[in-house]
Amino acid sequence: MSAARSCRPPRALAGLFVWRLRSTGARQIPCRFVHLYHVTSNKLITFQYFNFLKRMQLDQEKKVVHKISSASPVPQSWPEMSRRNELREMKSAAETEDSVIPGGAESKEDRQWKEMKLRPDDLPGILARLSKIKLTALVVSTASAGFAMAPVPFELTCFLLASLGTGLASCAANSINQFFEVPFDSNMNRTKNRPLVRGQISPLLAVCFAACCGIPGVALLTLGVNPLTGALGAFNIFLYTCCYTPLKRMSIANTWVGAVVGAIPPVMGWTAATGSLDAGALLLGGILYSWQFPHFNALSWGLREDYSRGGYCMMSVTHPALCRRVALRHCLALIGLSAVAPVLNITTWTFPIISLPINLYISYLGFRFYRDADRSSSRKLFFCSLWHLPLLLLVMFTCKKSVLEKEDKGELRGGSHEMAMEIRLP
Amino acid sequence: MAAARGLWAGGCYRRHPLASASSSASSGSGRAAERGERPDRVGLGFRPPPHSHSDWIGPPDKHSNLRPVIFYVPPEESALERRLREARQEAQASNQRFWARHNRAFRQEKEEFIYSRLKAKGLEMRDESGQKATLSAEEMADFYKDFLSKNFKKHLQYNRDWYKHNFRITFLMGQVAVMRALRWLRGRKRNVEQ
Repeated sequence: MSAARSCRPPRALAGLFVWRLRSTGARQIPCRFVHLYHVTSNKLITFQYFNFLKRMQLDQEKKVVHKISSASPVPQSWPEMSRRNELREMKSAAETEDSVIPGGAESKEDRQWKEMKLRPDDLPGILARLSKIKLTALVVSTASAGFAMAPVPFELTCFLLASLGTGLASCAANSINQFFEVPFDSNMNRTKNRPLVRGQISPLLAVCFAACCGIPGVALLTLGVNPLTGALGAFNIFLYTCCYTPLKRMSIANTWVGAVVGAIPPVMGWTAATGSLDAGALLLGGILYSWQFPHFNALSWGLREDYSRGGYCMMSVTHPALCRRVALRHCLALIGLSAVAPVLNITTWTFPIISLPINLYISYLGFRFYRDADRSSSRKLFFCSLWHLPLLLLVMFTCKKSVLEKEDKGELRGGSHEMAMEIRLP
Repeated sequence: MAAARGLWAGGCYRRHPLASASSSASSGSGRAAERGERPDRVGLGFRPPPHSHSDWIGPPDKHSNLRPVIFYVPPEESALERRLREARQEAQASNQRFWARHNRAFRQEKEEFIYSRLKAKGLEMRDESGQKATLSAEEMADFYKDFLSKNFKKHLQYNRDWYKHNFRITFLMGQVAVMRALRWLRGRKRNVEQ
């Protein structure tokens, strides 16, 4: 009726025809389309309600039209087809509709079957999940922190190229990691909705995407920034995909390798800015390295059942006491590393003082986790680690020793390089 | 019908645990009949619509948590495409076997562990209200550690097999993609020449 008129005539005809055939069998109202038909023909509807119905109908119709148009070549030619053909086409059209007859568990399960066809609309979302876009964003921000902390004047183009290159490298590494882990991801609650597990993308496409991100990413870092950063990027991809991922199923050493993987991005940011691997880069890397342990060990404490069943060798399963000890040890190490920062002239002495409360707090939670070894203390430590790192990096940046200060102290002597630096200073 | 089940053995473990046994015997003879169409019914299994030319993936299996795939057999399936499909079916079957068995063992051993621990504590499996008694995460930790170390070698072997399957399938997919691209280009050239 009025709802039916909102769709194009041949499709509406098809929809009605399907409905009519099915209703001769079952006496129940089979689908939303039919329900709308009844509703609109039986009661006085307001304008808003009509719009709501129209929207629902259009959503429904999109699915129905897609399925029906693909079921038979030309709907208008149905009257000419033989009776037997019509019935067969109707059956297949009815079965492909989303709004199948409810009731039987069979049809409910049938609805869960999805065609393995990649739709262009879905591709950005799928690739975002494949590349673990949130984790990539975190990695890029740690690289930016490394860049920002380097004691050189800020260059915007270099910064953007380094961030983009690091982001692409991270996307590639994450895609390959998911490519390797499909059956294991299927069996763990945390990861069972990943694109490769759900068949939304083929493994070939995942590998191609990884190549299309990794090769330009590393090339961008090597040619657009400097070869050292490019080499670090390539090394990090290798370390994550070929060392960490297989090692997860062989030995608990994977956690230490993973911590190195997490520590390299800020080092890359630093080398992108300065072009050299000096003590400051290693300190920043060290801070990220130490941070990984309370973060990951606390997270893995709640996933012991999944890790055990999935065959992952994690400290929390095989060596629980070591797991907690290492987390606490590295919380305390963060305090020590923060104190080393002014010694290396990266920050002023205000940094260890201001960062002491946050470092002490995470160490306290680490101690509670060590002593109590229960789910609540592990969760507290994990959530603390999530805000601890950004806050620490922010405080570090605000306490950064500016290049001007170094000049005043006469540490920099006049020379063409330093003169150029002077001019570029804001 | 049995031949049809052969094609779908990978997808219907839940309903046809015996299908995989009959598939290897009948798949050879039935292959010619399957080309260009999907069989009409596979017992209680899902049937993809006949107009669809893609594979279909289903909900996670109850035992293995893996999603079964029903593979489409095109009418002119080349030898390479057939090798790819068979490799995928073989990998699917192998993964299904491993994980179904593994998860079942896990559940069983977990129940046994809980039962033995509760008995040691002098408790019943169900308390007064009929709720199933559980152990705390810390008590279960011993079981998890034990289970992981017991199955370590099994996992190492499975990892090797899985990586081999995965690389082989992806490589074949690459070859099929290149072959199809060349075929399409050749088709276009012929059209242009005509």
